[in-house]
Amino acid sequence: MGMTTAQKIFAAHLVDEPFAGTKVLKIDVVMCHEITTPIAIADLMARGKDRVFDPTKIKAVIDHVTPSKDSKTATQAKMLRDWARRHDIKDFFDIGANGVCHAIFPEKGFIRPGNTVIMGDSHTCTHGAFGAFAAGVGTTDLEVGILKGVCAFREPKTIRVNLNGTLPKGVFAKDAILHVIGNLGVNGATDRVIEFGGPIVGQMSMESRMTLCNMAIEAGGTSGICAPDMVTVEYLWPFISENFASKEAALAEYGVWASDADAEYDKVIDLDLSNLEPLCTFGYKPDQVKPISEMAGAPVDQVYLGSCTNGRLEDLRIAAQVLKGKKIAPTVRAILSPATPHIYQQANAEGLIEIFMSAGFCVTNPTCGACLGMSNGVLAEGEVCASTTNRNFMGRMGKGGMVHLLSPATAAASAIEGKLADPRKYL
Amino acid sequence: MKTFGGPALFLDRSDINTDEIIPAKYLTEITKEDLKPYLLEDLKLPGFDPKAEKTRSAGVVVARANFGCGSSREHAPWVFEVNGITAVIAESFARIFRQNMFNCGMAAIELPAGQIDKLFGYADVADASIAIDVEGQRLTIKGGGREESVSFEISPFDKALVLAGGWVDYADTKY
Repeated sequence: MGMTTAQKIFAAHLVDEPFAGTKVLKIDVVMCHEITTPIAIADLMARGKDRVFDPTKIKAVIDHVTPSKDSKTATQAKMLRDWARRHDIKDFFDIGANGVCHAIFPEKGFIRPGNTVIMGDSHTCTHGAFGAFAAGVGTTDLEVGILKGVCAFREPKTIRVNLNGTLPKGVFAKDAILHVIGNLGVNGATDRVIEFGGPIVGQMSMESRMTLCNMAIEAGGTSGICAPDMVTVEYLWPFISENFASKEAALAEYGVWASDADAEYDKVIDLDLSNLEPLCTFGYKPDQVKPISEMAGAPVDQVYLGSCTNGRLEDLRIAAQVLKGKKIAPTVRAILSPATPHIYQQANAEGLIEIFMSAGFCVTNPTCGACLGMSNGVLAEGEVCASTTNRNFMGRMGKGGMVHLLSPATAAASAIEGKLADPRKYL
Repeated sequence: MKTFGGPALFLDRSDINTDEIIPAKYLTEITKEDLKPYLLEDLKLPGFDPKAEKTRSAGVVVARANFGCGSSREHAPWVFEVNGITAVIAESFARIFRQNMFNCGMAAIELPAGQIDKLFGYADVADASIAIDVEGQRLTIKGGGREESVSFEISPFDKALVLAGGWVDYADTKY
């Protein structure tokens, strides 16, 4: 019997099976940010266990509220900063070098096929795009990860989702994943890994694959996963070129993590996306999805472009293509937060920042802030945001506010029209 | 080990998310105790008031499917814990929330929909309370002169975490 990627990773990282069905895994990468880590640090100190299992395997970033907005967030940042220095954690990213965790850590080449990754953040599933098992965990799991380099899981079954056909013009990875979530429901993948495959995924960039895997949690999934292939190798090549004689050699080594042809899945879902329209959420759950044609014209107060879902260079290029030479409607405000300093600099070098600013966007530093209503774009009661983020829970971006999740292209078109709008006429 | 039980708080909806349990703007608090005033602040349900005595005095929450979906924030179990709620009973849980509960030595107990319906039969009973025997895997609901018991499944690992008082001590001793 063949094995899935998740099964292979579990088998290779198994430390203990204390009870049937519970597997304690060795963790390759423990990632930390300033919201969920400080309480773990404080607890370790209180227990007299202020240690880290391996400082080279711990990555840390200040990203949720940065630069700090008040004394409390400054204290959180300071706790993470002091801890990283105290334990000689070299891969720590502070103001000036910091970006959204699930964008900056892949950009630095930290995640490799076959890795196990945890972080105190539900969108950790993003890193499965590299053929890794990557799971969001709470502060206690994070604390044990920091201290011992292990984490316990019920071994998840795998749902295979094949994205077949070709993506039509104006339809992107964000639309594809909204369609998948609409199909699975918000708990359709609980205790499951969602493995994305099929011809569309094979042709996708790593950025698009990260967008897919990022929202696996919105269907309840433990991790998203894409099989490592030459696209993965090309992305990682600047970081691995000294380890391999050729890209083919790297592919041969990484390829072993792909699911076997005869692997057994919990479920296989085939979706032909050739006729998919750009999508948009309409309610307060990410599985409440409709074609943009049915939503066009709905009012919007703010447009937000950024986050671990859609704040990467590819996203900015698509939105800029829609916005070039145009102005946003006078009735909306639009905010762009490039997800990392590197993305920001690249976008600047390519002239994209100029396009956004000329259109009337406010361009902020890289941060998670607005996505979860913490800073840099919080909504007022009764306001509506067209957003490239990942959660449309009631009040998510600000108490009493509503969020429509959509692609960067659809967000840009909506900014131009000042209401939800179909991007296809601008592409 | 914590004791599990007390007045029941019935939240009659599926997909209650972590933003509703504790909004992100309060994640800037550094101690668990500081979260206390914000329990379920953004949850909108008919007849539900986060500040009501019934909410504040609860010891057990009863809800429907996919409870605790969304964020990984352990602040969700913590805001329950500092308000004296040490167990949630639901038809199903989001994975991270469920693990966070057990990792804190608290209980996230799953029951089939029919059993959950039976518990909701006590939703309008003013003195409804639930006692939970984690070791014996049995819970008893009382109120309005009635009483019923149901047994439940719990994984041996989750039970061990509850008995150990949480994952940190368990893991540090063993690994």
